[in-house]
Amino acid sequence: MLNDWLYIGIFAGISIFLPAAAITIAGILGPRKPDLLKNSIYECGIETVGTTWVQFKAQYYVYTLVFLIFDVETILLYPWAVAYHQMLLFGVIEGVIFILILLGGLLYTWRKGALEWV
Amino acid sequence: MAVIQIVFILVAVVTIISAGMVVSVRSMVHAALWLVLALLGVAALFALLQVRFFPVVQVLVYIGAIATLIIVAVMLTRQVMQDVGSQLNSNWWLAAFVSVTLFIGMVWALSNWPGMMTTTRAVPPGGEDIVAFGKALTDPAGFVIPFEVASVLLLGALIGAIFLATERKEKQG
Amino acid sequence: MNFLYDPVGFLAEWLRGLLSTWGIPDVWITFMLFLVGAGLLATGAMVLVVFLIWGERKVIGRVQDRFGPNRVGPWGIFQTFADLLKIFTKEYITPTGVDIVSYNLAPILAVASVLMVWAVIPFSITFYGTDFNAAVLYIMAVGSIGEVGVVMAGWGSNNKYAMLAAFRAVAQLISYEVPMVLSLVLPVMFAGSMSLVGIVQSQPVWNIFLAPLGAIVFLISSIAEVGRAPFDLTESESELVAGFNIEYSGLKFGMFYVADFLHAFTISLLFATFFLGGWQGPGAAQFPFLGFVYYVLKTGCVYFLTVLMRAALPRFRIDQMMDLNWKFLTPLSLVLVMLSALVYKILPKNMVFLQVIVMVVLNVLVYVVADWLLNYYEKRNPRPAVVNELRPMARFPYAVAQSSSVSKKAREG
Repeated sequence: MLNDWLYIGIFAGISIFLPAAAITIAGILGPRKPDLLKNSIYECGIETVGTTWVQFKAQYYVYTLVFLIFDVETILLYPWAVAYHQMLLFGVIEGVIFILILLGGLLYTWRKGALEWV
Repeated sequence: MAVIQIVFILVAVVTIISAGMVVSVRSMVHAALWLVLALLGVAALFALLQVRFFPVVQVLVYIGAIATLIIVAVMLTRQVMQDVGSQLNSNWWLAAFVSVTLFIGMVWALSNWPGMMTTTRAVPPGGEDIVAFGKALTDPAGFVIPFEVASVLLLGALIGAIFLATERKEKQG
Repeated sequence: MNFLYDPVGFLAEWLRGLLSTWGIPDVWITFMLFLVGAGLLATGAMVLVVFLIWGERKVIGRVQDRFGPNRVGPWGIFQTFADLLKIFTKEYITPTGVDIVSYNLAPILAVASVLMVWAVIPFSITFYGTDFNAAVLYIMAVGSIGEVGVVMAGWGSNNKYAMLAAFRAVAQLISYEVPMVLSLVLPVMFAGSMSLVGIVQSQPVWNIFLAPLGAIVFLISSIAEVGRAPFDLTESESELVAGFNIEYSGLKFGMFYVADFLHAFTISLLFATFFLGGWQGPGAAQFPFLGFVYYVLKTGCVYFLTVLMRAALPRFRIDQMMDLNWKFLTPLSLVLVMLSALVYKILPKNMVFLQVIVMVVLNVLVYVVADWLLNYYEKRNPRPAVVNELRPMARFPYAVAQSSSVSKKAREG
């Protein structure tokens, strides 16, 4: 039986249902008086200038890329860590080499200046 | 029909519909969000196979990293909001013909393959044995070479990505 | 099984017996028990947030030399209920041009992603949702769903500032996920299992003694994951107009608020599970209720620590935050995992005291080397100071200026 996944599925359903129910109840309880001024987009009290789209920094993309690489690295590292106690020193050294290669990648990224915020 | 078959059909329908919506909605951010739903559906399909590690990894890597990357990339390009023009080009009938032929061909080939009807080994009730997975990853007779090659591949991907990203920054001046 | 020793297990067995005497098939009994258990746990978590908010306001008030809420009820306990009543009856002002599905789904996803972590946490030896085989990665995965919620909130609000703030928030969240996941390799390594039940059961010696630096890295990165001070640039309540929550009002904003506090408490729970031994303590294996009490005490201490950090520390700038993550925490956790793995393998297995001493010395050495390297790097490329010299200030009246040295400097030049 899929007892684990059944429980998690039930929990997911409940954790989506509870906030949704609360928000719906509050929607019923609250007043509803839409007004042209109230519904305008907030821009510190002045009128919105320009369309709602701005040029984002390319740096966000670089951070997401580096995060992706390290994310994949860690999911390969977890089975290694789980089997740690049943491994010989040779297995541990293999994992250490894995981490070293990626540490080298991080240092390369650092030196290239891809981790600066500006 | 067993409950698990009903659940499977539901999840499969949701996944296929989301995948269809990814390619047919106009706004690209909407497409990215439908992609998130499709990937969640794939994770649920993995979960129906009674494994524990792979659905979690699917959500963590695909939704946490790749879908976020796609959303950030969509936001970084211009003309995101206005997706003008038809979603189909003039050769859509040829594409439909090829894909239907391929689909029929694959279904026919798979249904004639004896491996399709063999039942897989049952997963133990506590979930799959991650310790054995880890030991196989470091076993010289097992998968240690792919394990290390994976790290070199990731390093190559990182260097390539940084190279492309910094070149773009220099082009922008 | 006595009620006093193990209330939850006793109630579960009693309910199961009751349902089976009613003739319900086993599968449905399991389903109904799961439903009741999950419902109670989720509701308990949401109700707990009420008291967490009150506790935080009292503690921050005391740190700032004032009382905090003390009018509504004894010690102001019902203050949060009053706030809840107010926020339940507020109007939902939905701005024009919002994307309805994204805008409304975002607060629900934010709360759901935090609440789902509670399904795998072991509160005592018998009281846990499910013994999930890959629980550590599950916790990270549901955190990723929260990030998608943040993007949906920012983009769906049709507001430039919300989008900018949402992207900054996502950059911060994904950056700090890396040292968090990496430092969690250490408890998994020491326990040989990814399930939280296994990790707690492998801690007769708490993991904080085997990997203190890893614990600190985990604490810092999970506080940054929550978006709490000193890492709360993305929702800075006095600047940036509340970040991606700008266009939310009423209970939708309340849900983001609830998610914030629940997340802070959840990371205290996780820290206590991974590094402080969870429910382990003298006599916890025989009396599960004692285990629960120990767990609550440990979590309370860690939560108190995070509240103190919020009260005392100023906010980081975004480039300081990113540098802290990518240039300090990530290499530090990578090096720590490597060295801990090597050294722990070499140590003899049954001399626990020696293990603890060697690992603590290793962690201290790694920290000293990292600190020295950082100072060296800082001397070579100093971070530009934002303010170079004192700007001219208005002159104070002479009587007040006598008392402090700052105004003395202003008087003289």
